[in-house]
Amino acid sequence: MANIISDETIEYVGILAKLSLSDEEKENAKKDMGAMLDYIDKLSELDTDNVEPMSHVFDVSNVFREDEVVDAGMREALLSNAPEVKDDMYMVPKTFN
Amino acid sequence: MREYETVIGLEVHVELATKTKIFCSCSTAFGAAPNMHTCPVCTGMPGSLPVLNKQVLEYAIAVGLATNCDITRYGKFDRKNYFYPDNPQNYQISQLYLPICRNGKVEISDDEGNKKFVGIHEIHMEEDAGKLNHDDWDDASLVDYNRSGVPLIEIVSEPDMRSATEVINYLEKLRMLIQYLGASDCKLQEGSMRADVNLSVREKGSDTFGTRTEMKNLNSFTAISHAIEGERERQIDILESGGQVVQETRRWDDVKGESYAMRSKEDAQDYRYFPDPDLVPVVVSEEMIDEIKAKEPEFRDAKMERYRSEFGIPDYDIEIITSAKHMADLFEETVKLGADPKKVSNWLMGETMRLLKEKGQDAQDVKLSPVHLAKLVSMTEERQLNNINAKKVFEAMFEEGVSPLEYATEHDLITVQDTGALTAAVEAAIAACPKAVEDYHAGKEKAIGAIVGQVMKAMKGQADPGEVNRLIKERL
Amino acid sequence: MEIFEMTAATLSGKIRDKEVSVTEAVDSILGRINEKDKEYNCYITVCEDKARADAKQIQDKISSGELTGPLAGVPVAIKDNMCTEGILTSCASRILSNFVPVYSSDAVLRLQAAGAIVIGKTNMDEFAMGSTTETSWYGPTKNPADATRVPGGSSGGSAAAVAAHECICALGSDTGGSIRQPASYCGVVGMKPTYGTVSRYGLIAYGSSLDQIGPITKDVTDCANLLEVISGHDPKDSTSLKRDDLDFSSALTQDVKGLKIGIPRTYFGEGLDEDVKEKVLSAAKELEKAGAVLEEFDLDLVDYAIPAYYTIASAEASSNLERFDGVKYGFRAEEFKGLHDMYKKTRSLGFGSEVKRRIMLGSFVLSSGYYDAYYLKALKVKALIKKAFDEAFAKYDMILAPAAPTTAPVLGESLSDPIKMYLGDIYTISVNLAGLPGISVPCGSDSKNLPVGMQLIGDCYSEKKLIRAAYTYEQMMK
Repeated sequence: MANIISDETIEYVGILAKLSLSDEEKENAKKDMGAMLDYIDKLSELDTDNVEPMSHVFDVSNVFREDEVVDAGMREALLSNAPEVKDDMYMVPKTFN
Repeated sequence: MREYETVIGLEVHVELATKTKIFCSCSTAFGAAPNMHTCPVCTGMPGSLPVLNKQVLEYAIAVGLATNCDITRYGKFDRKNYFYPDNPQNYQISQLYLPICRNGKVEISDDEGNKKFVGIHEIHMEEDAGKLNHDDWDDASLVDYNRSGVPLIEIVSEPDMRSATEVINYLEKLRMLIQYLGASDCKLQEGSMRADVNLSVREKGSDTFGTRTEMKNLNSFTAISHAIEGERERQIDILESGGQVVQETRRWDDVKGESYAMRSKEDAQDYRYFPDPDLVPVVVSEEMIDEIKAKEPEFRDAKMERYRSEFGIPDYDIEIITSAKHMADLFEETVKLGADPKKVSNWLMGETMRLLKEKGQDAQDVKLSPVHLAKLVSMTEERQLNNINAKKVFEAMFEEGVSPLEYATEHDLITVQDTGALTAAVEAAIAACPKAVEDYHAGKEKAIGAIVGQVMKAMKGQADPGEVNRLIKERL
Repeated sequence: MEIFEMTAATLSGKIRDKEVSVTEAVDSILGRINEKDKEYNCYITVCEDKARADAKQIQDKISSGELTGPLAGVPVAIKDNMCTEGILTSCASRILSNFVPVYSSDAVLRLQAAGAIVIGKTNMDEFAMGSTTETSWYGPTKNPADATRVPGGSSGGSAAAVAAHECICALGSDTGGSIRQPASYCGVVGMKPTYGTVSRYGLIAYGSSLDQIGPITKDVTDCANLLEVISGHDPKDSTSLKRDDLDFSSALTQDVKGLKIGIPRTYFGEGLDEDVKEKVLSAAKELEKAGAVLEEFDLDLVDYAIPAYYTIASAEASSNLERFDGVKYGFRAEEFKGLHDMYKKTRSLGFGSEVKRRIMLGSFVLSSGYYDAYYLKALKVKALIKKAFDEAFAKYDMILAPAAPTTAPVLGESLSDPIKMYLGDIYTISVNLAGLPGISVPCGSDSKNLPVGMQLIGDCYSEKKLIRAAYTYEQMMK
C-alpha cells in the first residue's frame, strides 16, 4: 500500500467529520482509506494540465429567484422533528462557557 | 522600546436589505418570534435545495462597482464546512474560489486628513447564521434560525490601514456608499454591519508583515478603537518580551477591555471548501452591469460638492445632512418644493437631530414628509407660527407624521393675525405693568420682556413675539 | 391474472374501464406485501391506512373524469430517500429513523397529482451508499428471483418490490447505478434520466451532482409513462432543466432501423461474467435483426471512472451528511458531554460503517492540502470522461453495455471488500459522471436462472431514443 494513513490523520479526519471511531473502526478506516487512496491515485496517470475541472455537466447558469416573500408558516411542523425544543427554539448543549 | 507600526485589514460583513433570504423565500424582517421566518431550506431540512435571490447578486455587484472592483464574470458559490448549531446544514454557502468582486479601492482620510486609498481584496456573497440564545436555567443554548440565510456580503480589505482613525474612516466610507446604494442600512449596533479586525504590528520601516490575529465581536466604533489599541499593545508586549505572536482568532470583550483566544481542539479551521453542487454558476453580462450602473445614485462626495455650489449652506450643515442618504433626499425634496435651503437645513440639523438623539434613532429612520416640512417652513416665513409653536408642530410631524397646518389649527397654535385683538392685549399689558414701563424708560431695555410675556400669555401663545415687541416699543 | 401482477398501463386501463376499483388495486398490493414482505423485506414503511384513504379520493377523481392518466389509481412504491410529508423517511439510516418530513419531494408530488397512490417506502442501502441493499439499518432486502441473493442497490427495495409484485411500479434514485444495477439483478426495467430532468427537491442528497430520480417498472411502457409524469422543470431545484421533449410515451414505437449502436470493447473484457456477456450480446443481435447497426469501438478512460466517482461522490456526501447532527431532526445520542461530544456520539451511533467510510474519505479528499490532488483532479477527469462520451455520441446513437458485470451475488459476499464492491459499478458509474441517461432492460437469465440486464446509454436528452430501442427489443422478445 502506497498510502499509509497515520493515527493522527484518522484522528484529524474524525474531528472534521465529527465521528468518533472505536479502536477497531480506526484500524479498519486506516486500511480502507489507504486502499481507496491507492486506487484514487490511478487518476494521476492522466494528464489534466489543460483541463477545466467540471462541477456541472451542463452549461446552465443564472438560476435566480425573485425577491418576494413567501411565508412557509411551518415553524411548528419544523420544530416537531427536533430532539429537544424550548421556547420555540432548538435546544442544544451550551455552545460556549 | 522600538517603534512599531500597526497594520490593519478588515473583514466587513454587511447584511443586505433584501426582503427575502439569500436562498429561500423567507422574510428577513427583524424582530419576529423565534423561528417564525423559517422553512425547510433555512433550517437545513434533508432534501431541501437553495435557489439564489437575484437581488442579492445585484446589490453585491452594485457595492463592487461603488468600491471600484472588477466584477467577476463567471462566479460560483462554495460550501464552507464546519459544525456549529447556528449553521443548520453545518456548512455555510459562501464564495471562496470565484468571489463576485475583486481588486477594488476606496479613498479615505488618514490621521492627518490626507487622502489615501484602502484596497479591497474581494467581496463575496454568503448566508448569515442563526442566533444562539444562552439559557442558564437549563445550561443550554437555544437556536433561532430567523437570521439563518439572511444575505450577507463580506468585504475583505487589503492590510492598508495603520490606525483606528483610518479604520473608522474606512468603515464610515463603506457605510455611506452602501447606504446610498440602498443595499443595506449598515447599522453596527443592530449587527447589519459587522467588522472583524485583522491586526499585526511590525517595526517602523519594515516591509514584511508580522503575524496577525483576527478580532471578532466588535459592535461599535468605540469597541473597534478599543480593540485595536488593546491588541496593538498586547502584540507589542509579546514581541518586546521576546515572544512570538500566535496567528489566531480572538474575541474582544469591550466591558473588560480585553480579548481572549477562541481556540478549541474541536475547531480544526479546515473548512474543506468546494463548489456547491446544488447551485449553478453566476454569469454576469455587460448588460447586467450597465443596468446596475444606471441605477447608481449620486454618492455622498459628489452630493457634498453639489450642495456647496447649489445651495450655499455651510459645510457643517452639508456634512450632517449627507450623513444619511435618507436625510439628503428629504432635504432635496423639501427644497424642490420651494423651501429655503438654509431654513430646511436648520430644521434637519437642529430639531431633527435633537429628537433622533432623544429617541435613540438613526437618521435613516426619520419619517418626515417633505411636503409637510416645506409647509412648516413657509408657515414660519409667513409668521403664521412663532418659534415655540413651530417646534411643537415639528415634534408632532416628526412623531406622528401629521400635517402642520391641520395640527397647528387643531391645537390653536397659529399666530393671531387680528391686529385689533393684539393691540388690545398690548395696551392692557402696558397698563398692567407700570414697574416694567418705568424700568424701560430708565434705560433697562430688558424690562420690556415682562410686558411681552404678559401679551403672549393673554394671546395663549398665538402671537408673533417680534411683532409684539414692535407694538410695545411703539407705544412706550 | 392477479391485480398485483399487472403493469401500471394495464391496471389504470382496467380502473378507467371500471373493471377494477382503486381500493381493489390497493388491497391487492397490500395483500401481496403482507404475504411476501416478511421474506423479501422490500419495505421500510407500508402506508396501509393512508393508501386506503387515498384510494377513495382517487377513485372519485377517476370516476368524475378528472384523472385519466396511466398512473391514476396505481399503487407506487417510493425509495426511502425521497421526502414524503407525514410519512417516515429514513434513508435506511438509524440517524433518520424517526424523521417525518414536513413536505414531499417534487417527484412524489407529481406522482400524486397524476393519481398514483404511495403504497410505501422501500428499503435501500443507507443513504444510497452501496450496491446490495445490505447496508440498511432495517436489514437487507432479498432478491425475489433467489432469496439467498441480494437485489442489488442502492434502490434494491424498489427493484425487488416491483419484481415481487409488491407494488405496480416504483421510484428509485441513481447516483452511480443505483437504479439500473438492481433493476438488472431483479429482472425489471430501470431508467436513470439525464441529470436535471427530474427535480431533486426533496431527494435526500448523497452526491448532489450525480443523483437523479428515475422509474423502476415491469416494462418499458410503464417506464416511459412514469418518467413522463415525474419529469419537469422545478424552480426549487437550481439544477433542474427546462426541457420541452418530455413526452416520453410518444417514443413507445418499434423502430430501430438505421440506429447506430456502439459496443465498447472495454465493457466486454476482463471481469465480465461469461453468461452476462453472452446474454447482452445476443440482445444486441436482436436489435441488429430489427435494423440497428452495431459497431464495436473503444471507449476511453473506463478505468478512471470509479476512482473519479468515489472521490466526487464521497466528497459531496461528506458535506451533504453534515446536517445530520442531532439538533434539528432525527436521532440524537442519549448520553454526551457537551456539544461536540453530542455531535460525535450522535453521528457515530447514527451512521453505519459504509456511510462512515465514505464520510471519512470525503472529508479527507477535501481537507487542506489534498483538495487539488484529489477533488479537483477528479473533477478534471470527469471532464475528460464527458469528452470521451461526446466523441462516442458523435458516432453512435447509443451505447450498449451490460448493467453489471455479474448477476446478483449471494447475501453477505460483497461487503467485506469495498473496492471489489465498487468495481461492480463499472458499467453504470461513468453515466452519472457525464450526466447521461441510461436504461436497464431484462435480457434473459444466466445458468443459475438469475436475471441479466442490458444497459442502453444515450447522449444527454436522448431518453426517447433509449425508450424506442428498449421498447423494440422488449416487443421482439414477447
